Amino acid sequence: MRIEQHPILEFRRGRRITFTFDGRPIEAYEGETIAAALHAAGVRVLSRTRSGAPRGLFCAIGKCSSCLMTVDGIPNVKTCVTPVREGMVVQSQRGPGRLNPDFRPREREVRELRAEAVVVGAGPAGLAATRVLLRHGIKPIVFDENPHLGGQLIKQTHKFFGSRAERAGVRGFSIAEELLSEVEGEAEVLRQARVLGLYFEDGKRVLAVAHTDRLLLVEAEEIIVATGAEERFLLFPGNHLPGVYGAGAVQTLMNVYGVVPGKRALMVGAGNVGLIVSYQLLQAGVEVEAVVEAMPEIGGYHVHAAKIRRLGIPILTRHTVVRALGGERVEGAVIAQVDEKLSPIPGTEREVSVDLVCLATGLNPSTRLLEQAGARMAYVPELGGRVPLHTPHMETTLPGIYVAGDCAGIGEASTAMLEGELAALSLLSRRGLELGGEMEATRKSLEKLRLGPFGARPRAGKEKVFALMKGGSGG
Amino acid sequence: MAEYRSTGILMGSELAGKVPPRERLLKRACAVIECVEEIPCNPCEEACPVGAISVGDPITNPPNLDFDKCTGCGACVGVCPGLAIFLLDLSGGSVRVTLPHELLPVPQAGDEVELLSRAGEVLGRGTVVRTRRAGTTSIVTVELPAEELLWDVRAIRRSS
Repeated sequence: MRIEQHPILEFRRGRRITFTFDGRPIEAYEGETIAAALHAAGVRVLSRTRSGAPRGLFCAIGKCSSCLMTVDGIPNVKTCVTPVREGMVVQSQRGPGRLNPDFRPREREVRELRAEAVVVGAGPAGLAATRVLLRHGIKPIVFDENPHLGGQLIKQTHKFFGSRAERAGVRGFSIAEELLSEVEGEAEVLRQARVLGLYFEDGKRVLAVAHTDRLLLVEAEEIIVATGAEERFLLFPGNHLPGVYGAGAVQTLMNVYGVVPGKRALMVGAGNVGLIVSYQLLQAGVEVEAVVEAMPEIGGYHVHAAKIRRLGIPILTRHTVVRALGGERVEGAVIAQVDEKLSPIPGTEREVSVDLVCLATGLNPSTRLLEQAGARMAYVPELGGRVPLHTPHMETTLPGIYVAGDCAGIGEASTAMLEGELAALSLLSRRGLELGGEMEATRKSLEKLRLGPFGARPRAGKEKVFALMKGGSGG
Repeated sequence: MAEYRSTGILMGSELAGKVPPRERLLKRACAVIECVEEIPCNPCEEACPVGAISVGDPITNPPNLDFDKCTGCGACVGVCPGLAIFLLDLSGGSVRVTLPHELLPVPQAGDEVELLSRAGEVLGRGTVVRTRRAGTTSIVTVELPAEELLWDVRAIRRSS
């Protein structure tokens, strides 16, 4: 099912096309991904494990591997980030896909590129960094593994907080449009370009990039890594069922592709993401049974909680999801109260009738590229997990390599943009530009956004990271 | 821990000093800003054409409204990212609340709607007087059937 009318968004759909799924024709729109098109057609089970258990979508942004299918004979394709094409042959898999022995890949020459600067990730941090680089005469190459640029900004339908400088009062997707209009055409921006590795050869930095079906080797003088974050999973029986989605995946389906994610949802987690996505579900015409939160209090802003409470959505603190019910897809869920140790209290279980369980239980920084490159890391729970050590100016332990946004510690899109700007200013300073004043001002703006009780955790986390960086430790 | 942190509903004690007094509302409409937490945000302060809202420095200060300066224009209602600002009005014998609304269908003047409390309970039915648009947010003014509802109605829903 597709969303025809939305209070905030207009869906500009592409040309109608047809592809096949396990031999059956499916109608789709050009510009959407295979997984979104299948979801719109009512297909929830994308593949099966070796034992036959169904697998559906989970993250919808290419970070997990829940949506792997065989596409035009190529197994293990991430269908959530692969655009659908006319005549495509899409097949579900059972277990790890098998390559057809007769399959011969089209031979493509490796393309070699050189750049003064490379930005990995075209989300808020990467685009903000790119904009600053362009302003100072450097044209970076920007890579993003998604078919759409803008990272998670493109599905944020709420108005941003902050001050005018941080675009407060403007909806996230509009901020993405603004950033993209300044960057596209100026910098070289490659979509569906997955950076596979970052290597040091003869003192040079080389990136290996899979760009659609071609390998790129990119020699870069400097690199800004802004690879974002991925949603945390939660352990409970039935969590494998199609219909258990990351809250971000639900946002992608509804707000990027205009696909109805389900009829009635259970939201797990009352942080800002859980609260905001619950509101967005209502806007997309989806009922929300309740928001369950294991902690004794709501994690997100009161104003976000108030928006859904007054529209009748209960927020059940000290509650969690115990299991998801159903054979082939979610047909219900059991929730229960939890004790101080967050264990379900026997006798408090209650069945709820939902076909969608959204997990908004936090994010982990996506740091594999920096880890692989050898950046020093540390486990900082306040920042969501393992993060690369960095200075207050976003320099990592690897010279000439900078980090910004959620992959440097989970924060907000507005802080990610400022970190991106800081990383770019650091890069420019290293190249000899005198930017002390601008850097100081940006750092001050960033500190301002982390004031108050909600900024306490990221603030503490960053302090740890800066101290470890100074002390030269970490592992 | 304040109770609203577990319920999501502001109580009288948290709203003390935030709600304009009745005598003030008899003169003309006035905003009520239901924003009590220290979050980094100040578009309301910038949007107010008469300087009635102050956030100041640091930006995490909760906004403070000068009831006497407020003209009830509603500029802040459409910009608040938290959809936490409402207008209350008892002037000219009317009982009206103005609230931000982002669900379809867009309420139209004359529509009968259900009146919802901060907890989503149906408190009665009211009539839409006027809808204006601030971008894609609708700013809806609703006539309420009784004055006591003015302090509790904070959302509307299409009558079922």
